Amino acid sequence: MARSVTTQRKIINTAAAWTVGMLIFFPILWTVLTSFKTEATAIADPPVFLAFDWTLENYSTVMERSDYMRFLWNSVIIAGGSTLLGIIIAVPAAWSMAFVPSKRTKDILLWMLSTKMLPAVGVLYPIYLIFIKMGLLDTRTGLVIVLMLMNLPIIVWMLYTYFKEIPGEILEAARMDGASLKEEILYVLTPMAIPGIASTLLLNFILAWNEAFWTLNLTAAKAAPLTAFIASYSSPEGLFYAKLSAASTMAIAPILILGWFSQKQLVSGLTFGAVK
Amino acid sequence: MSPIRSLCAASVLAMVTAGGAFAETTVTIATVNNGDMIRMQGLADEFTAQNPDVTLEWVTLEENVLRQRVTQDIAAKGGSFDVMTIGTYEVPIWGNQGWLVSLNDMPAEWDADDLLPAIRDGLTVDGELYAAPFYGESSMVMYRTDLMEKAGLEMPEAPTWDFIKEAAAGMTDKENEIYGICLRGKAGWGENMAFLTAMSNSFGARWFDENWQPELNGEEWTTAVNFYMDLMNNYGPPGASTNGFNENLSLFQQGKCGMWIDATVAASFVTNPNDSTVADKVGFALAPDNGLGRRGNWLWAWSLAIPAGSDATDAAKKFIQWATSKEYTALVASKEGWANVPPGTRTSLYENAEYKAAAPFAEMTLGSINAADPTNPSIKPVPYTGVQFVAIPEFAGIATQVGQEISAALAGQQSVEEALEKAQALTADEMEAAGY
Amino acid sequence: MATQHSRSAARLMMAPAVVLLLGWMLVPLIMTLLFSFKKYIPLRGGDLGWVGFDNYIRFVTSSAFWPSVSATLIVVGGVLIITVIFGVLLAILLNQPMWGQGVVRILVIAPFFVMPTVSALVWKNMFMDPVNGLFAHLWKFFGAAPVEWLSQASLQSIVMIVSWQWLPFATLILLTAIQSLDSEQLEAAEMDGAPPVKRFAYITLPHLGRAITVVVLIQTIFLLAIFAEIFVTTQGSFGTKTLTYLIYQRVLESQNVGLGSAGGVYAIILANIVAIFLMRMVGKNLDA
Repeated sequence: MARSVTTQRKIINTAAAWTVGMLIFFPILWTVLTSFKTEATAIADPPVFLAFDWTLENYSTVMERSDYMRFLWNSVIIAGGSTLLGIIIAVPAAWSMAFVPSKRTKDILLWMLSTKMLPAVGVLYPIYLIFIKMGLLDTRTGLVIVLMLMNLPIIVWMLYTYFKEIPGEILEAARMDGASLKEEILYVLTPMAIPGIASTLLLNFILAWNEAFWTLNLTAAKAAPLTAFIASYSSPEGLFYAKLSAASTMAIAPILILGWFSQKQLVSGLTFGAVK
Repeated sequence: MSPIRSLCAASVLAMVTAGGAFAETTVTIATVNNGDMIRMQGLADEFTAQNPDVTLEWVTLEENVLRQRVTQDIAAKGGSFDVMTIGTYEVPIWGNQGWLVSLNDMPAEWDADDLLPAIRDGLTVDGELYAAPFYGESSMVMYRTDLMEKAGLEMPEAPTWDFIKEAAAGMTDKENEIYGICLRGKAGWGENMAFLTAMSNSFGARWFDENWQPELNGEEWTTAVNFYMDLMNNYGPPGASTNGFNENLSLFQQGKCGMWIDATVAASFVTNPNDSTVADKVGFALAPDNGLGRRGNWLWAWSLAIPAGSDATDAAKKFIQWATSKEYTALVASKEGWANVPPGTRTSLYENAEYKAAAPFAEMTLGSINAADPTNPSIKPVPYTGVQFVAIPEFAGIATQVGQEISAALAGQQSVEEALEKAQALTADEMEAAGY
Repeated sequence: MATQHSRSAARLMMAPAVVLLLGWMLVPLIMTLLFSFKKYIPLRGGDLGWVGFDNYIRFVTSSAFWPSVSATLIVVGGVLIITVIFGVLLAILLNQPMWGQGVVRILVIAPFFVMPTVSALVWKNMFMDPVNGLFAHLWKFFGAAPVEWLSQASLQSIVMIVSWQWLPFATLILLTAIQSLDSEQLEAAEMDGAPPVKRFAYITLPHLGRAITVVVLIQTIFLLAIFAEIFVTTQGSFGTKTLTYLIYQRVLESQNVGLGSAGGVYAIILANIVAIFLMRMVGKNLDA
């Protein structure tokens, strides 16, 4: 930026931005802090911010009560599996939309997005019956399929916008050199699209990780992910803020950490590739 | 290997390893996250030690989620669970449909005759016992003896609603955040409507007349709900319209309630010095009446049942036998003390001197349970069974919506009369849809 | 440039995605349609025969229907307005030169990572609880009576919770768009003495049109389906029953699959109306 900025203005900007940032982040921070309090401290009046006896007892209670690692592992498999499967199916589709567009491409794309508007509750019963028939109830395979279908429109759309950025001439040059369609996609297009694919992967991983309707309703013990884990900590008897906070922290920590380490991809992922 | 190819390989691998087989019998247990159930889960190692060929899988969920999950699963015959935690509302309906496995063939040492008759009857359909009670409850008045004394009143063993109102007025001290009475206000058939239905019984109200015509806008309901509103608006805590059992429990434990009329199981929580700041200042009394010959107490038992079609029926029975046996009670007593054993299911427990010594609320609990009569809940005759519910499949849906109307009235968004008119209309509508 | 060969190859490559989504849409849709014309109550034995349009009539004539439509519109509209307005303001703020921009950006996007269930639980219990919530303490500190958020201001509370979750998304898209704005154009306008408000209205805002469209499009898709936030906080009490939640109540709480399916069909119709509307908008604004 060519504008010269006075230090004074920069200070004001910084202060304002940090204040707003902290306000937005505060609920998460408060949850994490509360998870280290005792139940009595958690509801202390007036609330204590930092000056309390930090304890890990809530975490050990939660670990003792539920098999956290299994929920976590299920979440990883379900979110990861559905995202990968979705990308495998979406790459060819997005490729053909981006490089061999027809009159209907835009319509197909928007139709795909509109399938996301089907109210899940409305079709729960049919899906449940189909799952029973196919033996998919409480299996990770079943959830991988459903979440893949849920997110497929978004994946196709994101990949399409990324692919469109790639100049068609490069592909044509490869074709001139005698590359087959498969080689063209695998060796020319894919490497160029890696950043876009990575962003798509990350964003859809998060969406699948946080999906709470299907994951809760189509699982029991074997395939239940972290969304089901958290459902056993809301509003039990007596004081529960600290335990709830610990369980919440455990449910969101993996994704927060992942997000922080891959911030750059994520930021471009969050824009769904739609804005440059 | 190209990235895409390795991604493919990884996901295929993930999907192959997703399904696995167990050599031994797996029993999947769906349970609610109440304290007693969590304790059972913790003690289940004892069961698996005795039965090494059985693996237990737990699905612990919050009450609302649990209900939705198990109902959905049994109605669609999903077969996800081998043992379900359900209550006295579900058992007769599901038993009637033939969806539950009969427990009449439980071994003699389990001693079905020891179960409290009121509880056992509630879980029996046409002579078949369809669920084993894990803990049973009625409702009663829990009150602060110190605040009562300060107000210069004395709680009778069997108070009337008028006395409750007088006491609530005497104990309320809003300056110090002490509210005379805490009652359920959160909408839900198992939340405010459980309380209100039981309370209305003592005012002579009933959900339906003998021809299944709803009576919600009738005089008795109007009087009962107005009385409730009056209590809550004048002597209740702020935000009462979102308070359920758990919220009130924590208010009472923090010493913010003078009286609390709720489940008898709460007695052991409010008298437990680890959780309760008022543990040594709690007294108990029977649920109030209005001089009409009925008290406003309910009857409920969280019970374990096996859905028909489970592929582990025998192992599931073994587990249920273990979890609802006298030995389990003794096990909890030896580990956590007698005050913490699951109450309200067996006669033998109330004859146990050690239990009676450790649980000052034992007599009152037993008396309340025995006083409830699910077949004659109100003063006038009714076509249904159930004290704080109506044992028909439509009730949960109807009562939750009615509960929302009353909750909205409690929050000041509409009048009692408006709420009851709406409740009447939606009940009539749903009953018509169901073909009554 | 495309040959006949690559055209048919393209069609083939699109096939898996299209076929799968078509199946995902049609199979449950046809089953839902079928159920919607039946009296289908699992707890009374399941399929109890055809009833024509009874379920459709019953669903719209129920006293809960129109309030649920308006609750849906308020939630979707409210969240869209809040996230777009605050998103624009935040994007402008974050685009200013400052120290620690990267960290602030992380703080701002963090809510997006939080599961809806968790965020609803945290807001409900630790902030909006009228006795132990932080807001109650804050209000008391200033000598005001604590607000009973989830009963007295129920819809507003839900809009607030959902907006918190979606603000990061709106902010980031708008920020990316603002960063691509030609700063020379702005400077030129500044030189010409155009006041900040005018510069914003005539240069920045038009430039953001496309980004705002994307925000509205994507968010609407997700907002029409919100469920966890209501299930956890109010369970549909106090006028927070959206259309999605009403269908849930019919299908799962009342276990009336026929009636709920009819509601599902209405919701699909509503979604398609919104979709057509959005597509018009997108067609104009989005060079897809």
